[in-house]
Amino acid sequence: MISITQPKPFEEVLKSISRDQKIYLVGCGTCTTTQHTGGKAEVLAMKEKLETAGKKVTGWMVIPTACDPLTQQALALNAREIEAADSILAMPCSFGILTIALYTSKPVYPALDTMFIGKEQSPGNFTEDCIQCGGCVLGKTATICPITRCAKSLFNGPCGGSINGKCEVNPNTPCGWQQIIDRLTAQDRLDQLDEIEPLKDWSTSLSGGPRQIILES
Amino acid sequence: MKAGTNLEKVLTSGQFAVTAEAGPPKGTSARVVQQKAEILRPCCDAVNITDNQTAVVRMSSLAGCVLLKQQDVEPVMQMVTRDRNRIALQSDVLGAIVLGINNILCLTGDHQGFGNHPAAKGVFDMDSIQLIRVLKNMRDEKKFICGEDISGEVPLFIGAVENPFADPFEFRVNRLAKKIKAGADFIQTQAVYDLVRFTKWMEMVTDRGLDKQVHILAGVLPIKAAGMARYMRDSVPGISVPQSITSRLGGAKNTKEEGLKITLEIIEHIRTLPGVHGIHIMAVGWEEIIPDIVSKAGLLPRPVSGKVPE
Repeated sequence: MISITQPKPFEEVLKSISRDQKIYLVGCGTCTTTQHTGGKAEVLAMKEKLETAGKKVTGWMVIPTACDPLTQQALALNAREIEAADSILAMPCSFGILTIALYTSKPVYPALDTMFIGKEQSPGNFTEDCIQCGGCVLGKTATICPITRCAKSLFNGPCGGSINGKCEVNPNTPCGWQQIIDRLTAQDRLDQLDEIEPLKDWSTSLSGGPRQIILES
Repeated sequence: MKAGTNLEKVLTSGQFAVTAEAGPPKGTSARVVQQKAEILRPCCDAVNITDNQTAVVRMSSLAGCVLLKQQDVEPVMQMVTRDRNRIALQSDVLGAIVLGINNILCLTGDHQGFGNHPAAKGVFDMDSIQLIRVLKNMRDEKKFICGEDISGEVPLFIGAVENPFADPFEFRVNRLAKKIKAGADFIQTQAVYDLVRFTKWMEMVTDRGLDKQVHILAGVLPIKAAGMARYMRDSVPGISVPQSITSRLGGAKNTKEEGLKITLEIIEHIRTLPGVHGIHIMAVGWEEIIPDIVSKAGLLPRPVSGKVPE
């Protein structure tokens, strides 16, 4: 599993830091490094672009894993350069960015859009397979999630736009329901789909508000 | 009688039903709906008003249905789960009933990405099969989803759709069975051009006895130009247009005439199939052809309700 990110358009990045002249840059050595969105090379490229756009970069670093609490020490080690900046432009995923924001009083702006938690199906091919809704149906659907893999999150089988195993919304996307039916057929368990799936309880998902778990010690 | 609508009476009396579809305007003109009502009144048993079809914003189906009723045309309110959650859907069902709209057709709806607001948040709180079940419980148990009681009567004649031309083909009949189990009283199918596949599908339906549990109305979508046929074949997911139709239209001197001829041939074939209880005509932007189709198919006079024994 890996946090999938994509660069924001540079104009959007510039707009977000428009009131700031001096910028400190932070990358991440984990997910955004492997995806070439926020590792050392991308941080240095961003530095050059910012300088061309007339900004002053007071310093930069690539935190090994920005979502880790050790980020606090990494920021402390570079306190002087960070202090000299008006704001921090961050190139980890959202989890790294909000960790950075925990340990600095400087405004933090994202240079990336965090897309989804991706599973690498083949080298470089990351897919979204779970939206972490809090009510798992994988046991009913041959471990393929229809809420995630169907563009309409259907619960009771494919829509009328499933053609040749592809989704009508994007012909490059396999129809999740075709995959479910193929796998259940191979397992001789297609009758599992005869039952009408009751309405989903969305209150366990983000619809119920931000979720939190405190483990008992 | 579940709702006592004209459509229910026609279908339960075993007569061959004719319904049509009318798209409401992208604006506030009542006249657009009224004109369609005038065209369709003498040739249909009921008329569907689409619900933001292809995810393009239009006048609401509920408002369109009220306009039809004012013109003495029986409405079928289409309802998609794409745009409204369970609170709004149930509320609109109550609103429809109080305004005298009792035929409701349940759909999930085209994905918002196809429409004119592709950045919209898709709701999809439930799917079409779940919506059918919700309506059935509202009618038969007089209960909301949460289990609380509904006050007053809830007469509903519940419709659903099925596409015999989508994949996986074998599962399409299972899906129809699920819709019937959920509570569908009638089914309108995707437009039929591929008679071989439709015949095969109807055989599978009748083999399982499903035609005895639900009224199936075959979809008919008249084509007036060769380009339209090619567009539907190539660009509309889930529509199968055989080569014979595109070449006939391509070679025709008068494509509108040829399109009408093809439509009548399709209807003639459909009527011979056991288990088909009617047709549903979707003449997108060509509603004026419907009276001609119904007349030449020998399906007049309409509506037939007055002559139906209870």
